[in-house]
Amino acid sequence: MNSTLKYDLVVIGGGPAGMAAALEAKKNGVGKIIILERAETLGGILEQCIHTGFGLHYFGEELSGPEYAHKFIELVEQSDIDVKTDTMVISISKERMVTAVNNQDGFIQIDATAVILAMGCRERARGALDIAGSRASGVMTAGAAQKFVNIDGYMPGKKIVILGSGDIGLIMARRMTLEGAQVKMVCELMPYSGGLTRNIVQCLDDFDIPLKLSCTVIEVHGTERVEGITIAQVDENRNVIDGTQEFVECDTLLLSVGLIPENELSKQIDIDMDPITSGPVVNEMRQTSLPGVFACGNVLQVHDLVDYVTTESQIAGLGAAKYISNPNNDDSRYAFTKGGDGVRYIVPQKVNINSKEEIKLYFRVADVYLKSKFVVSVGDEVLIEKRKQKFAPGEMENATLTLEMLEKIKENDEIVISIKER
Amino acid sequence: MIKEMICVACPLGCQLKVTLDENDAVTNVTGNTCKRGVEYAHTECTNPTRSLTTTVKVEGGRLPVIPVKSSAALPKGLLFESMSVINDTCIKAPVKIGDVVVKNILNSGIDILATAPIDVCN
Ligand SMILES: Cc1cc2nc3c(=O)[nH]c(=O)nc-3n(C[C@H](O)[C@H](O)[C@H](O)COP(=O)(O)OP(=O)(O)OC[C@H]3O[C@@H](n4cnc5c(N)ncnc54)[C@H](O)[C@@H]3O)c2cc1C
Ligand code: SF4
Repeated sequence: MNSTLKYDLVVIGGGPAGMAAALEAKKNGVGKIIILERAETLGGILEQCIHTGFGLHYFGEELSGPEYAHKFIELVEQSDIDVKTDTMVISISKERMVTAVNNQDGFIQIDATAVILAMGCRERARGALDIAGSRASGVMTAGAAQKFVNIDGYMPGKKIVILGSGDIGLIMARRMTLEGAQVKMVCELMPYSGGLTRNIVQCLDDFDIPLKLSCTVIEVHGTERVEGITIAQVDENRNVIDGTQEFVECDTLLLSVGLIPENELSKQIDIDMDPITSGPVVNEMRQTSLPGVFACGNVLQVHDLVDYVTTESQIAGLGAAKYISNPNNDDSRYAFTKGGDGVRYIVPQKVNINSKEEIKLYFRVADVYLKSKFVVSVGDEVLIEKRKQKFAPGEMENATLTLEMLEKIKENDEIVISIKER
Repeated sequence: MIKEMICVACPLGCQLKVTLDENDAVTNVTGNTCKRGVEYAHTECTNPTRSLTTTVKVEGGRLPVIPVKSSAALPKGLLFESMSVINDTCIKAPVKIGDVVVKNILNSGIDILATAPIDVCN
């Protein structure tokens, strides 16, 4: 084993989250920074997201995934941030010792003052679902199909059904259609789509692809290759309604049934986890329950807009910079955020009421709500009220706590966000 | 007449209410967050367009294909024809972001541009 390296900041994962966090830490005076990335190049999942729609809010122009990623890759290359690609982090300790492996160096041990977790997320695969049938080939996640088509340059099927109406599924419905495949339908278990409305319009409606809501796949047919599937309607408790079964001929079933933050490393250091986000519990600087360890991007909460990933990661980068310059200076007094009626989760889960900056809370609603408002309150006091035409679980909302509001909040108070009719 | 539509110009997907006069000309747009929403309502009601992203074959690079996009939104009716032109194209590595892959595709005045770089692979 090589001797131990010493870095001020180790960033695990070189996707948009890791790069933005490292650059922001650099901007705020951190000396030695290294990014460790498992893949061959920096960029993360964006390299395969070739559609446009990224960066309109952050850069003011509409970029494709690779273009968005390359803006950050260039900045990282121009800086003195060290990068090791093809390098997989296999463990971290509570003392922030990071162990990684690669072909060139073998084992690498890095003693870090601060660590930023930016490992992203992975897709839920078939094992996580309950579909009967043999293991015929032709069943894969939408993200895997996206990689086959956009990076490896070949089509994984001709007649396609997509289960799950998350954004990746919708984007792939259009992508496969443009490449000449017949996308027969998108089935969604819930009574609403989990994807952005714009993707339903431009990926399904534009090509007359039916979206079947409250519908699921119960069986996959075929032995070598998928030959078809059986779909069925479900009731409000998501139980199959007998008599609605229908056979659909297809050779490929794409699954777009959700993303899971990749937190195997976070669990090794026993940090507090949020059972709803499946990511770490963090404060307003995105610091986890272990001082000096921060988290941002999809490892913290699944994002649908990379622009928000960038903003969140810059906060983590700044947080790490502050920690590194003064590790033992923590006068934080915390209040806790809590999802009330209709709100599934809030990030950050705790906020320092002594914060000198305003704090933005990000949250997701549990269902579709029309003509409603969200209310941020502490006890009986309402801090913020905001009306909206429509709230949907697929779209992340935010609310800003100003310094005046923070002054009214006491240590251990509960800050509740709920959805109310108006 | 009032027509409801979703602005697809960016992922925010604002719900627009578009007022049309008797000649189907747009007279008023509400519900937009930024001015691109107004532009979107106008084109969607006259000549709907969509930006196109896909991949093109590349020779001598690290990967078999690279991603490309249309320099501006193409008329909706030209999407599939554009796809077949792009799928018949093969370019040579190296390629830089922004390099023109197909110039003035189908005489639309719109170019197809590379959106990722690729180096020569030996
Ligand atoms: C398939 C898919 C499609 C998407 N499409 C869109 C879209 O259309 N529009 C949009 O705005 N957002 C989209 N998103 C979300 C968007 O890509 C994310 O918001 C953004 O990429 C998240 O950035 P990240 O850096 O957190 O994660 P990632 O981009 O996933 O980067 C994480 C990086 O960490 C690395 N890593 C993980 N574990 C280790 C380890 N142990 N050691 C070393 N490195 C490690 C991974 O290799 C990866 O490069 C999509 C996400 C997915 C999964
Ligand atoms: S109106 Fe502006 S902010 Fe709203 S979806 Fe269109 S481009 Fe995006």
